[in-house]
Amino acid sequence: MATGRRIAVLSLSFDRLCRLPALLTLAALFLAPLGVIAVYSLLTRGAYGGVELPWTLENYARLWDPLYAAILWRSVWIAAVSTALCVLLGFPLALFISRSGPRKNLYLLLVILPFWSSFLIRTYAWMFLLRDTGLVNTLLLAFGWIRQPLPLLYNDAAVILGLVYGFLPFMVLPLYATLERMDKTLLEAAADLGARPLDALFRITLPLSLPGIRAGAVLVFIPCLGAYLTPDLLGGGKSVMVGNLVQNQFTTARDWPFGSAVSLTLMAMVMLLLMVAARSKGEDLL
Amino acid sequence: MSRLLGLYAAVVYAFLHLPLLVLAVFSFNASRFTRWEGFSLRWFRAALTNTQMAEAAWNSLLIAAVSTCASTILGTLAAYGLWKRRSRLLSGSLYLTLLTPEIVTGVSLLVFFQWLFRFPGLQLGMHTVILAHITFSIAYVTVVVLARLRTLDPSLEEAALDLGAPPWQAFLRVTVPLIQSAIAAAALLAFTVSFDDYVITSMVAGVDSETLPMVIYAIARRGASPELNAVSTFIVTALGALVLISERLRGR
Repeated sequence: MATGRRIAVLSLSFDRLCRLPALLTLAALFLAPLGVIAVYSLLTRGAYGGVELPWTLENYARLWDPLYAAILWRSVWIAAVSTALCVLLGFPLALFISRSGPRKNLYLLLVILPFWSSFLIRTYAWMFLLRDTGLVNTLLLAFGWIRQPLPLLYNDAAVILGLVYGFLPFMVLPLYATLERMDKTLLEAAADLGARPLDALFRITLPLSLPGIRAGAVLVFIPCLGAYLTPDLLGGGKSVMVGNLVQNQFTTARDWPFGSAVSLTLMAMVMLLLMVAARSKGEDLL
Repeated sequence: MSRLLGLYAAVVYAFLHLPLLVLAVFSFNASRFTRWEGFSLRWFRAALTNTQMAEAAWNSLLIAAVSTCASTILGTLAAYGLWKRRSRLLSGSLYLTLLTPEIVTGVSLLVFFQWLFRFPGLQLGMHTVILAHITFSIAYVTVVVLARLRTLDPSLEEAALDLGAPPWQAFLRVTVPLIQSAIAAAALLAFTVSFDDYVITSMVAGVDSETLPMVIYAIARRGASPELNAVSTFIVTALGALVLISERLRGR
């Protein structure tokens, strides 16, 4: 009996002891809260906010309501367009960085730096540029190119612009890593055999960088899909995405069960994407 | 073709950097409007004397300082534990905190805290914000520290163990000194992430714990203000400096 207990204590090895505090913190403050909303999503909305019995699947059924289905669809669409634009902007940039020799680190830093500086303020910067009395409209009016301010802010295009601006580094970094690992002699061989640079780009570099594009696309699509701040500030309530729907249910609408169901649906979509992405192996960070 | 690529890259870099640069330039504008009327520091002065902002900035600093200390310790220990032996449960949970949409993390914490608050004497406030920040910062610390540990020669620690040092002593006296610059880099990133967070914070903040991003959001929501431009310039510069130092420490 006593030896059994001693072995149990000893088996709490030092490395396990090191992992324990973080694991307990995440279990208590991340996994448990997710569990609570999983339970709430199956309950009924209380008369004064909150939740009550009976158990129901009604909250998930409501997602098929055309009003909410449209918001889900719209979020997927906006995230997809933003991701596509990130590929278009990110691929040439990653290619440029991977080919710029000793300046690589500087150019890479110029991609990372805006990413770490305040997301809120970077979104605000676009409000400053795009609103009716913003810099772009002011300049266009001053040059006499327009008579009325253009409605640049508070629409889907502004939201997509904000998302691309916010998450472009997520595309560039994995793409750069893939391009950096590419065997450069393949390009030399192609050139020796008479391929023009553009041919080599489309028939060698691009196909070989597909894993990077795929990894980047997942990393961009996920935060775009769950975006809240960007559609809120740049879409101005007109461009509602899933994130705003969730926030609304927990504040103004006070429908916690439905808000929980939407949250879990969003999580499910993220997990599904990750499972698809896990098939094509990416960088192993943890 | 390489010239074309360079041009394209220049345009993308402009897209990444011009908005903040333009904002910074206009924060020195004498005019309240988006028309340049000369250099002035009046909006910086106005921002500095704004008591609501000062109070919020103090709250943000306090929250970021406390949560950075806690998450750096937890995250470093977790990285070390994961370096020694993989744990799918822990690394999976850490990944999940990075990939879960912030709004979902925010509302689930809100619901969780409200559920706990059925016990008397508990309410939303600085402590709930700090707990939330610790939770989402751990993964950033672990990623940075683990990346450094992976470059480390394990035989250094094994030598200490062979010479009879208990594991915790080998960790504290051999491994930690070797990775201290990475730990510092991780702490700076955790601080940045905490100081900047709006979405999760706004969900779990109480009446006494308004942070700077919450004030900024409220002003931005109403439109724009030159005072906000000044605050933005200040924050972006400060956080940018922290990130540069962090990258430096990490690259060594």
